[in-house]
Amino acid sequence: MGNLPILSLVTFLPLLGAGFILCVRGDDAVVARNCRNVALLTSMATFLLSLGIWFNFDPATADFQFEERAVWMPAFNIAYHMGVDGISMPFVLLSTLLIPVCILASWTSIKTRVKEYMIAFLVMETMLVGTFCALDMILFYLFFEGTLIPMFLIIGVWGGPRRVYSAFKFFLYTLAGSVLMLLALLTMYLDAGTTDIPALLQHNFDVGLQQWLWLACLAAFAVKLPMWPVHTWLPDAHVEAPTAGSVVLAGVLLKFGGYGFLRFSLPMLPEASLIFAPLIFSLSIIAVIYTSLVALAQEDMKKLIAYSSVAHMGFVTVGAFSMTIQGVEGAIFQMLSHGIVSAALFLIVGVVYDRVHSREIATYGGLVHRMPVYAFVFMLFMFASVGLPGTSGFVGEFLVLVGAFQVNAWIAALTATGTILGAAYMLYLYRRVIFGALTKETLKGLLDLSPREIVVFAPLLVLVIWFGVYPQPVLNVMHVSVQNVVERLDVARAALDSAALAAR
Amino acid sequence: MPVAVVPNLVPAMPEIFLALAAMALLMLGVFQREADKAAVIRFNRLAIRLGALALLLALLLVVTISARGAVLTFDGMFISDDFAIFFKVLILLASAFSLIVAQDYLELNGIARFEFVVLVLFAATGMMLMISANDFIALYLGLEMQSLALYVIASFHRDSVRSVEAGLKYFVLGALASGMLLYGVSLVYGYVGATGFDAIGAVLRDLHGAVPPTGLIVGLVFVAAGLAFKVSAVPFHMWTPDVYQGAPTPVTAFFALAPKAAAIALLLRVMIEPFGALLAQWQQLILFISMASMVLGAFAAIGQSNIKRLMAYSSISNVGYALIGLAVGGEEGIRGVLIYMAIYLVMTLGTFTCILCMRRREQMVEGISDLAGLSRTNPMIALALAIFMFSMAGIPPLAGFFGKLYIFLAAVDRGLYTLAIVGVLSSVVAAFYYLRIVKVMYFDEAADPLDRASSTEIRLVMLVSAIVIVLFFVYPEPILSSAGTAAASLFSGG
Repeated sequence: MGNLPILSLVTFLPLLGAGFILCVRGDDAVVARNCRNVALLTSMATFLLSLGIWFNFDPATADFQFEERAVWMPAFNIAYHMGVDGISMPFVLLSTLLIPVCILASWTSIKTRVKEYMIAFLVMETMLVGTFCALDMILFYLFFEGTLIPMFLIIGVWGGPRRVYSAFKFFLYTLAGSVLMLLALLTMYLDAGTTDIPALLQHNFDVGLQQWLWLACLAAFAVKLPMWPVHTWLPDAHVEAPTAGSVVLAGVLLKFGGYGFLRFSLPMLPEASLIFAPLIFSLSIIAVIYTSLVALAQEDMKKLIAYSSVAHMGFVTVGAFSMTIQGVEGAIFQMLSHGIVSAALFLIVGVVYDRVHSREIATYGGLVHRMPVYAFVFMLFMFASVGLPGTSGFVGEFLVLVGAFQVNAWIAALTATGTILGAAYMLYLYRRVIFGALTKETLKGLLDLSPREIVVFAPLLVLVIWFGVYPQPVLNVMHVSVQNVVERLDVARAALDSAALAAR
Repeated sequence: MPVAVVPNLVPAMPEIFLALAAMALLMLGVFQREADKAAVIRFNRLAIRLGALALLLALLLVVTISARGAVLTFDGMFISDDFAIFFKVLILLASAFSLIVAQDYLELNGIARFEFVVLVLFAATGMMLMISANDFIALYLGLEMQSLALYVIASFHRDSVRSVEAGLKYFVLGALASGMLLYGVSLVYGYVGATGFDAIGAVLRDLHGAVPPTGLIVGLVFVAAGLAFKVSAVPFHMWTPDVYQGAPTPVTAFFALAPKAAAIALLLRVMIEPFGALLAQWQQLILFISMASMVLGAFAAIGQSNIKRLMAYSSISNVGYALIGLAVGGEEGIRGVLIYMAIYLVMTLGTFTCILCMRRREQMVEGISDLAGLSRTNPMIALALAIFMFSMAGIPPLAGFFGKLYIFLAAVDRGLYTLAIVGVLSSVVAAFYYLRIVKVMYFDEAADPLDRASSTEIRLVMLVSAIVIVLFFVYPEPILSSAGTAAASLFSGG
């Protein structure tokens, strides 16, 4: 790639597109059309550029690659530092993939204020990619928090009837968590004298201090992920957000929490992570079982998928804190898979919502008679969500369970009940929406997926199957980086054990 | 041996120039008086231009004449150092911009008289004097010079009951605060035997940490209370919402900008230079004031429906944040305050330009609900105001975040975790009411559109402040480093 600042390009290209859109003038129809086109082209170009990163990525090393460094705030020893490793690399691609999908998915459903809508999504893309590429804590926080502004507007302007409440809840929950993390980041900076993430990864924090830092970081990541019991903003935000908003939220924003655990909590605060792992396991298992049961009782399709997201994220935390290579890889894989599958499921709800304007499960029934292609697509993603072998969902869940077994069979067994419950609520949903007789008059004139909608689903479908059948390329990319993190945790475990022995 | 030595006037050149300019403008106005209404308005426009020009020339003098490092003159009563220069630049810019954006409002409300400009110039002169004060007597002179001008312009809209009430309230309470300050100063003088900052500082340092006499502490508390009133910190904040709401909007803007910065500068200098050795004594006080201001500002603003009142509470909580830096006490803390104030001034200026655009059918409106649906009717103003609100809430990558970042960094550095946690959590509460304005503009159904015509000057100032806020993160170094030198000079001087 030479000296091309490829990460900055991928990060800020969408912002450039947003700037273009801001300048578009003319009458409403022309503006809307031009804005859609510019947004789609920009995000497609961004995706292609990020593919370039993927193909040039060297999976044999755990070092950060494509690094860029520039002077930013020398008085505070804070630099502009970008780079990716095997953990962040897949998320960059996930973000750049989902944004064009979102834009295409809102092509006709968003009719008001198209200009602002497209700007919001492109700004969002910059923040998403930036979060995963940032190698400086302050820079990371900048992008991490920066997502709040576009998301607040997306929910609040284009959302459903209770959009204002949901937008505020989303914003304030996340902000409250993040500011506590900010204090932790500042403490880490003052302790280590640098905000550089690679340098901090080498720094050993005092175990007592680590525990406070870890808890403050937990506040931010638990809200973002979201973990039980701070997950309540998620169903509200999902239900009220427009389809594409839910897609970004479930597809990428929820991954910030998991990514944060893998980037900050586990490698930088390994002793504290070991100490608090039982807490995480408990919260995760409650999340998996409780929210699965809650999902089973939902009458609203989006709410059901939102609760299932909380359950799936429970798998992620179990995997990550199993601190085994399989578990951590499973967590990352689960996040990627969930990013694609839940995004697709929200799009699937969006398809019928655009036609019937209802998300009530009871409104539907027998759709297979009118929309066979839709039923097929829905089925595949439903299976992926359930974790059927051959889909991406299986690989993630399987690896997580393998990891969990190495820690404790009970943890694995309890987590595995989530899979069963997941199958229950997804199949129940599918049956009620798709099967049965087509009795309702409102549904008799429905049209099947349009070519544009098929184009939206196609890449997601391909990925779900590809990841399910042949996950090796993705696992390869992350393997060495994950190994690095796990080794660090093993060292910490040994140190803790010997300290405990000495105390005895 | 000469009987009278002419003091070195060079360090005070900007103040002298500004005072002369204000008097010249006053003369010009008095002799130009015409009965014709159109002529009065025309002259007012000219006066605003001239006044802004004078302020910018004074700014030029500040940055060119002032030597680096501390220079004393007038028997050590007047100091010109990097700290003073930093704040003088802020105050002169803030005053000039307040003048420029005031023109429309003054004309529309039939109060376009050139005295406004003269009073602003005198107030600015007073502020510069008090920033440069190195002696309590000089401080008091500057402070009163500023305050007298401010009392008058608070009630500049003399046909409005609200405005007159605001002026009166400000005057009565301001006089009370001045009295407290003066009482505190006299107590300090009684125990130390000096009013000069250097002399007081030297005496207090000689205590070497021994418990100072109680009377001295009482004096210190009175001084701090008087100054806390001037920065409108809790529990001396009561006048702020009424005065902010009652005063004509450009005056409110001016109040929120220049005098606020000047008072903060004063508080910093007095606490660090003469009373620096008593850190242990005043730290608890400032800690309490800071926390109370943040919390009260955040919660009390939630119920407000008038945007000027809201800005008053916002300013109270912002002062609370700035004071975190002072409570920390060290050089990093002061640097944080300086960065915070610089960013705060830009945000506030921008917000008030938006408020000055709130005009419907030739009438100024101030209700937050009047902004409903602004994003559809006046998208550019809505976008600008949204940017300022997100920035006030401290959301990155906007400038407001960096202001808070450096403040919290200093607090965490000194281990003041309780303060930092109270600070970040009240910023979450405060985010609620800033967001409410965005919500009204972007989520609510459109009310009647606001008038389109706002003057080019206002739009330009709004645009520039919005750009500064959005792009601050790209190149923050100039402000960071100049705040660094300014903060350092405060410590090297004493």
